[in-house]
Parts: sequence; C-alpha cells; structure tokens
Amino acid sequence: MSKTPVPKGFTPVHSARFGKKGSQKLAGYEADGGYASWKKVAKGWKSGDFTPAKIIDMVKASGLRGRGGAGFPTGLKWTFVPPKEKRGGKPVYLLCNADESEPGTFKDRLIMEEDPHQLLEGMLIASAALDVKHAYIYIRGEMVRCAEVLNEAVAEAYAAGYLGKDILGSGLDIDLTVHRGAGAYICGEETALIESLEGKRGHPRIKPPFPAVSGVWDCPTVVNNVETLAAVKFILDNGPEWFKGMGRNEKNTGPKLYCVSGHVEKPGVYEAPMGIKFMDLLALCGGMKGGKKLKAVIPGGASAAILTAAEVADLPMDFDGVAAAKSMLGSAAIMVMDETTDIPKAVTNISKFFAHESCGQCTPCREGTPWLNKMLKRLIKGEGKRDDLDLLLQISNQMGNGMTICVFSDAAIAPVISGITKFRDEFEAYLSKAKAPDFALAAPAEVTPKVADRVAEGIHG
Amino acid sequence: MSGGPNLPSAQIAGNPPVGEHGALSCGKALKFSPEARKRVDHLLTRYPTKQAALLPTLWEAQREWGWISREAVDHVAEVLELAPAFVWGVVTFYTMYNRAPVGKHLIQFCTSISCHLADAEGVYAECRKRLGDLKPGETSKDGKFTVIEVECLAQCDKAPAVMVNDDDYAVITKDNLDSFLGGLK
Ligand SMILES: Cc1cc2nc3c(=O)[nH]c(=O)nc-3n(C[C@H](O)[C@H](O)[C@H](O)COP(=O)(O)O)c2cc1C
Ligand code: SF4
Ligand code: FES
Repeated sequence: MSKTPVPKGFTPVHSARFGKKGSQKLAGYEADGGYASWKKVAKGWKSGDFTPAKIIDMVKASGLRGRGGAGFPTGLKWTFVPPKEKRGGKPVYLLCNADESEPGTFKDRLIMEEDPHQLLEGMLIASAALDVKHAYIYIRGEMVRCAEVLNEAVAEAYAAGYLGKDILGSGLDIDLTVHRGAGAYICGEETALIESLEGKRGHPRIKPPFPAVSGVWDCPTVVNNVETLAAVKFILDNGPEWFKGMGRNEKNTGPKLYCVSGHVEKPGVYEAPMGIKFMDLLALCGGMKGGKKLKAVIPGGASAAILTAAEVADLPMDFDGVAAAKSMLGSAAIMVMDETTDIPKAVTNISKFFAHESCGQCTPCREGTPWLNKMLKRLIKGEGKRDDLDLLLQISNQMGNGMTICVFSDAAIAPVISGITKFRDEFEAYLSKAKAPDFALAAPAEVTPKVADRVAEGIHG
Repeated sequence: MSGGPNLPSAQIAGNPPVGEHGALSCGKALKFSPEARKRVDHLLTRYPTKQAALLPTLWEAQREWGWISREAVDHVAEVLELAPAFVWGVVTFYTMYNRAPVGKHLIQFCTSISCHLADAEGVYAECRKRLGDLKPGETSKDGKFTVIEVECLAQCDKAPAVMVNDDDYAVITKDNLDSFLGGLK
C-alpha cells in the first residue's frame, strides 16, 4: 500500500507493506509471502538447485547497483571476494551498512522500522551466496527504536529457524547481530564502519586492500547498504528480468526509494522506478510548498553538488542521469529549495556539517573543513573580504585532489564549489561592503578539472 | 568528530596525570550490576574479539550510570581487557557517549540542511532561551534539561527534527515549543 503515492502503473516493492498493521511482525510478513525465497534457497541448497553462483548471477543479471551512495554494481562487488581455496580458512563477513547519516537521507530507517524482515531475508540470501557465517547490521547510534524493532525481528527469525544452525535442514549456518554505532557520520564510509565494528575510532582505512579481500578482522568482507540487500530478496522473488524491466535503461534498474525533504508540500520517502524525472517526483510530493518557485535542488545528500532549477527540469533521477548533470544521486536524498532560500546560508550550514564530522586523519580535510566553515560564517555575517570567493574555491581545490584517505573531503567541497559557481551573485551580494583582503591570492582561483571530475563522478567510495 | 555534552573547562582544570586518560571522575569505583554484566557477557559471544564489544559495552555503561566517567572507562577496560586510555580514545570519538552528567531530558536539535531550511537554528535558540538562557550543552538548574545541537537525525521529512533521550519528535517549531517542553515531565 505504501504510505506515499507512487507513479501511475507502478506497483510499490520495498514500500508495499509500509504502514500496514503489524508489518514488522514475522507472522504478517509470512502471510504476505515473506521468506518464500529463503525457503526455496534453503530447500534447494543440498540438491544443488541453488548455488552461490546461481544467486550471484541473478543479482548480476538484475543490474542492481548499490543504494548506499556510489552505485557500484552489487553482483560485481560480490565476485571480488576470493574463492574459498584462496581464503586460507578465513571466514567471509557480510556487513549491512545501516549508518544512514547523510543529511537528507531517511529511507533505510523506514525499511528497518516498517518491514525489517525484507532486509533480513535479503541478508540471508546474500550470506548464502557469499559463504557468510555471521552477518552484522551496523545501525547508527541514534536509531534506538529502530534497533529495537530489528532485534525483535532477528529474535523471531531465529525462533522460526530462518537463522541459526542448519537452517531449515539446508546445512547452512548463519548468525546475525545488530550492532549499534554511537554517533559519527564518517562510520558510514565502509572502512570506517569496519574499524568501528572492531571497537575502534571510526577512521577510514587506506585502500587497497579493499574490504572484499581484507576487511573486518582481516577477513574478506562485503559491505552493502540496507536498501541494496533488501533488493536482493525481491530479485529472488520475482527474477532479474522483472527488476531490470523497471528503470530507465540497462544500467539504472529496479525500484528506488527517494527521500524528499525541504520545501515541498509533502516531504517523505517516495518509491518509484529508477530514473523517474525530477518534476514527476515533485508532483508526487504535492509540488512546491505554498506554490513557491523552485530555486535549487541537492539531488543526493549533502555531499552532492547543488543543481539549479533549470538543471533539474528534465533530469532523470538515477545514477547516470544525475552524474551527467555533474552531481550525484548518492543516497537519493533530494533536498528541494524554493525561491526564498538563501543559498550562501545553506552552503554555510552544510559546511558546518563537514567541519563537525571530519575524522581528522588527513590534513587537507581536518584543516580545510573548518576553514571553509569559518570563512562562510564570516561571509554571511557581512564581514567577508573581497577575495573570499576565490579563496574559498582555492581551498576547496586543495582539499579535493584525491590527497585524502577517503572521499569525505571531496564530498565537503562539492556544495561549496557548486554553490559559489552557480549562485555567485548571491555570494557577491554579501560582499558588497567587503574590505580588502588580508593578503593577496597567489593566483586567481580556478577549480582544476580533476577536482570537478571527482566531484561529478559520484565520489562515494 | 568529537562533541556531545561535556564540560571542557572541567576537563582542562582536572588535567590528568601523565599516563592516564582525561575522563571526569564520578568519585567512586563502578562495577556493572549483575544484569548488565550478563548482557555484556552475552555480547561477547557475538564477536570474534573482545574489543569488538566495546561500543555496545559502553552503551551498557551509559545505560547503568547515565554518562561515561573515568571509573566507567576503567571498568569497561577491565572487562574487555583493553587499556583505559584506548577506551577513552574511543569514547571521545563518538558524539553520543556523554562525558559529563546530563539533564533528565537530553534535547537534541538537528540543525543540518533540511532542518535548517525549516529554521531549526531559530527553534534551537528559542528553546534554550525559554529554559532560562541555557548555553549550548548546558543543563538547566533543576537538572531537568540539557539542550544540544546535533547533525541529521534521518527524519528530514519531519523538519525540524528533535530527539529527546532515545525518542524521536517531529516538526518542533517556535509555535509548538511550549507544548513540546510541557510534555517532558
Ligand atoms: C563519508 C561517507 C559516508 C557514507 N555513509 C554511508 C551510509 O550512511 N550508508 C551507506 O549505505 N553507505 C554510506 N557510504 C558508502 C559506503 O562507503 C559504501 O560505499 C556502501 O555502504 C556500499 O554499499 P552499496 O554498494 O550497497 O551501496 C558512505 C561513504 C562515505 C565516503
Ligand atoms: S578525508 Fe577526512 S574524513 Fe576521510 S579519512 Fe581523511 S580526515 Fe578522515
Ligand atoms: S536534516 Fe534534520 S533530520 Fe535530516
């Protein structure tokens, strides 16, 4: 039934059971056909009707791309795990990334709160495919109530024999543990998440080695987003062709949960086929709040470059569509800003977020993020200096040349660069009474193509 | 990186002796209650290393004592066989471990971008004003309220979003602020 309207002719998938009475409970889930795929997999395991290769092939054929930010093909990621004979007896771990902290993102929470068993079933199927004996859900610390719902669902799944030893007589042993974080955006980055799960500060690791080869406890590890893992269940239910049939093209497939917030009539999570046009999505949300004019959109969380109203007018909201507009779909956190929005203030607000959340390992990021924030704060107080915009761009440039351990630093500069370049007059307006700078810039600021590309590429690693 | 309610001045005043960590003292040795200890022992069965149970064990400590004191750090370190300074290093990385006592109601205002677009900063300031001109992170004299600013709570469709202790509150504005505060007994 979905709590929010869906496009005409589209049947909701992830959100089909949202808002239904008792949607969190196992009994209701089973009554709606839940765990049918898991039972099929378990039943076919000994006979060889279901094999890891078969499941991985189905996921590959579906075209599923990661819903956590980077849009990396899920089936391909799974093939990076070394085969058993090359693992030296080490176990493989599956980590579900439920850290959901990217400003503007609130879709994973809904899956876990409203229909937790779809995630568990997806994780079970993925665990079987990847030879995982223990899977973890790393949920952000603030989602206390949500973790309670998940824990109840896990207990139910154990009691029903879907989890545990020799599951449904298949010979498969799979455990699952919900692990709560404690407040740190950076722990959503997969290697920081791994460090955090190990009981350390959430410091991203230098890659390579990639987690698939050496992740948590030095073992091969697959990290996937909540929505990605839940999608696996639906691919097994309905087949890869069905999944692929939804979406704009071969590379952008499946149903998608869009988080819409900001100046729209009805903010919320909306499910639609991947690649829905921005304007159609806006219409589902009841249009602009109070009938005001659209000014700008952040299409993929605070880490994504800001787009103007003209840029989103005909934009397909999928990985490649938004990347073509030199921003990114990211976590599909779409923040809508109307004509009254003060862009410099919005950019300053986002820069505060990044200054607060830098993990502090890399100098350009640790020093750069507070610098950007301080300069922007000064600017919106009307106390900026004449060259400030160029200086802001220059600092951004120095933060984004791939000189940092993770892409957080690239994320931090995306809103600043796009904001200043696309809405420069608004920033200039704050500088109308600006004094001469304290020092002259060595060279006029320009954003090097490399930085612009990294920002546009979709920077989530 | 670090944040949350803490008392920087007290931390500076009580400079720890060399070789020790900088957590505030609560004045007495601490030990998990038998129930909490049981939960911690269960946690240890869920991970291949003891260290991996550190975050959930710190949650247990905060549940028992309300905040993470020097003595709590020492006890957690002992239970998990880790160096106290290491444990403290982890505590300070995460914003949700309280490094000083907080009020009965820890009111957390999201001021990230979607909430910013709904004037979250204004409501946050107004809330502190109505509770007696509280500074950010300060606790009201009656010990009932501590008000802090946090980043996105993944409730951006309910902006401005607020959390009080473990519970979510939707759309807290200057207009409904009084009834919101009145509801916190
Ligand atoms: C700073 C930063 C924060 C991130 N936060 C999240 C997050 O909260 N949730 C998430 O699923 N992925 C997040 N990611 C992406 C993960 O690193 C990783 O790519 C993702 O979990 C992989 O899952 P997927 O392939 O299913 O998308 C973040 C990345 C970065 C660089
Ligand atoms: S780029 Fe920033 S967040 Fe990423 S590792 Fe370096 S300091 Fe930490
Ligand atoms: S921006 Fe406030 S809850 Fe997300």
